Amino acid sequence: MTTTDSPYVLSHLDVLESEAVHIIREVAGEFERPVILFSGGKDSVVMLHLALKAFAPAPVPFALLHVDTGHNFPEVLAYRDRTVAAHGLRLHVASVQEFIDRGELRERPDGTRNPLQTVPLLDAIARHRFDAVFGGGRRDEEKARAKERVFSLRDEFGGWDPRRQRPELWQLYNGRHAPGEHVRVFPLSNWTELDVWQYIAREKIELPSIYYAHEREVFARDGMWLTPGDWGGPKEGEPVATRMVRYRTVGDMSCTGAVDSTALTTQDVITEITTSRLTERGASRADDRLSEAAMEDRKREGYF
Amino acid sequence: MTDRTLTEGATSLLRFATAGSVDDGKSTLVGRLLHDSKAVLADQLEAVEHASRSRGHDAPDLALLTDGLRAEREQGITIDVAYRYFATPRRRFILADTPGHVQYTRNMVTGASTAELAVVLVDARNGVVEQTRRHAAVAALLRVPHVVLAVNKMDLAGYAESVFAPIAEEFAAYAASLGIPEVTAIPISALTGDNVVTPSAHMDWYGGLTVLEHLETVPVVTDPTAEPARFPVQYVIRPQSAAHPDYRGYAGRLDSGVLRVGDRVSVLPSGRTSTIAGIDALGESVDVAWAPQSVTVRLADDLDVSRGDLIAPTAGPPPITRDVEATVCHVADRPLRVGDRVLLKHTTRTVKALVKELPSRLTLDDLSQHAFPGELAANDIGRVVLRTAEPLALDAYADSRRTGSFLLIDPADGTTLTAGMAGTAFAAGAVRPAADDEGWDF
Repeated sequence: MTTTDSPYVLSHLDVLESEAVHIIREVAGEFERPVILFSGGKDSVVMLHLALKAFAPAPVPFALLHVDTGHNFPEVLAYRDRTVAAHGLRLHVASVQEFIDRGELRERPDGTRNPLQTVPLLDAIARHRFDAVFGGGRRDEEKARAKERVFSLRDEFGGWDPRRQRPELWQLYNGRHAPGEHVRVFPLSNWTELDVWQYIAREKIELPSIYYAHEREVFARDGMWLTPGDWGGPKEGEPVATRMVRYRTVGDMSCTGAVDSTALTTQDVITEITTSRLTERGASRADDRLSEAAMEDRKREGYF
Repeated sequence: MTDRTLTEGATSLLRFATAGSVDDGKSTLVGRLLHDSKAVLADQLEAVEHASRSRGHDAPDLALLTDGLRAEREQGITIDVAYRYFATPRRRFILADTPGHVQYTRNMVTGASTAELAVVLVDARNGVVEQTRRHAAVAALLRVPHVVLAVNKMDLAGYAESVFAPIAEEFAAYAASLGIPEVTAIPISALTGDNVVTPSAHMDWYGGLTVLEHLETVPVVTDPTAEPARFPVQYVIRPQSAAHPDYRGYAGRLDSGVLRVGDRVSVLPSGRTSTIAGIDALGESVDVAWAPQSVTVRLADDLDVSRGDLIAPTAGPPPITRDVEATVCHVADRPLRVGDRVLLKHTTRTVKALVKELPSRLTLDDLSQHAFPGELAANDIGRVVLRTAEPLALDAYADSRRTGSFLLIDPADGTTLTAGMAGTAFAAGAVRPAADDEGWDF
């Protein structure tokens, strides 16, 4: 029965790819107005790649939505716009800066804009009447995410109640929802950081350049290398130095840290993360260090 | 270098579930598997150590690795199924970690529904208890192909074979009566790590594999040619572009079996037939595809095919029916009653259905059957007879876990009510009427 010599073998990447495509197609079949959250981060890039494969030779039947904190890396924004143009996609941008300028959001004392994304995100979902919202979240990222469903119902306030989730059996996804509610869909639920990188290598997917080692001016804060910028760093007593670094995750510049790295290629990155003793969020996300339940609390509010 | 290294292409994927209560040391076992296979990284361990200290524990409480929600940490219990991921050089694992309390049968059923292997935990000092029998019954009901009995806390039982052997024997006999094809019993100590990842130095009498070695080597790939092809259509791909003016492809995932170009197929439930003209495997044209691949199928004839249809070999189609008899696990807080009008979701097809009868409810502890319970409450297992508004191409669950399973959904608010498995439950003879049938359940 172990079929080492059988022709009917699938690698773990084949199985994960097939599962993700199945999830994406279920959404296309059952929802009216789906949208893909696209930040230019590697998980959203892989998700878009899977959607392109799922509907070929037809175009992807969804628009993209980017929540722009106003503190995004310029390399990532350039990548986003190139990708949208290359595939003839439609992009909606929800801008944190506009909400701050209109006085509907207040800058936090620490300058971090990551938690501020929830309001513009929910506003865009309501305004465009999106009923399914694809996110690149993975269950291996974080403890609260480990309890997330593939199809995750959000109430009319965008909130997530972990105790009232629908049991999800077999691969039968229940996307029924009332008007005003929406469903978050996570096609990469069962992928790990390593799977994502192995898939990027296998499929030769282009990523924003900051995922690979480059020289950058950085300063140390909370044990992470942050990049200087008009978002507010560095403060006095935070000396700037030029180091060889790369980003393991891509988010808001104010809370996404770079790691020391010499990984210039995808293979180098795979080697690097297989020997890393830190998780990607532990190594590079200040916002998840706030408390044991930081992610759970943000998710309850409607965060990604 | 750590053991987390993976060589791409050489690895398969195993989905497995664990069942047991906090008292059996399940979270400790899971924590041990993750920790000793190096899936737990320094910052996670540091967080666990910090949380353990603040709760007054000396040693890191590995259970805290898996209890992710605030309420779980506050109450010290596992509420929901948590999915965990780890890998060895041989295999990638997806673990559905399910709480084992009585009231959480639905979580066990959920975890077991996608599992190819179930680990049932018992405390060596207590042996097979009511809860063990319930866990075995769920594994049997959900047709989990492989079951491991982990006899834990052997360190508190003198590492004695005389403790382990009778427990293993009793469980094997019970599992056999449920129709579970294969049981592997392993004596372990999750606390000390004996026989979890590395072989025990205290149990020379045990010549078998450790838990992780077993997980790495248990055969999971079944021969897809042994099963008939089942291809539920998810979505119709019609680019209508200059490059592809006439392309019409049916997107879906093979739930079982093999499809080849040239195969004679029927589109169900209509029954119209055609031939497979082409298979596109995510951008690459292929001659053959097999479960669980997602592909796009093109047919030689211009048929009316849409989401919810099933493409199956003309030579081996599933039965077409509007009358469904099934074993179900009720998962919602509101009960299921005779006369309820529900939605039935089967593969990519959702139809209206009427609950015609609830012939029995099953007590999982002793597999006794209670006739005509009137309703099924949350976590109840029972038999259901349904009538659907439209025909379904429905396999028996015993033949196909994917095309024999369905959900019942509340049409009013979309709540998932019930998980259903078409056909008969268990092996013949496992279920018996309850002694107290008269006068109790009416």
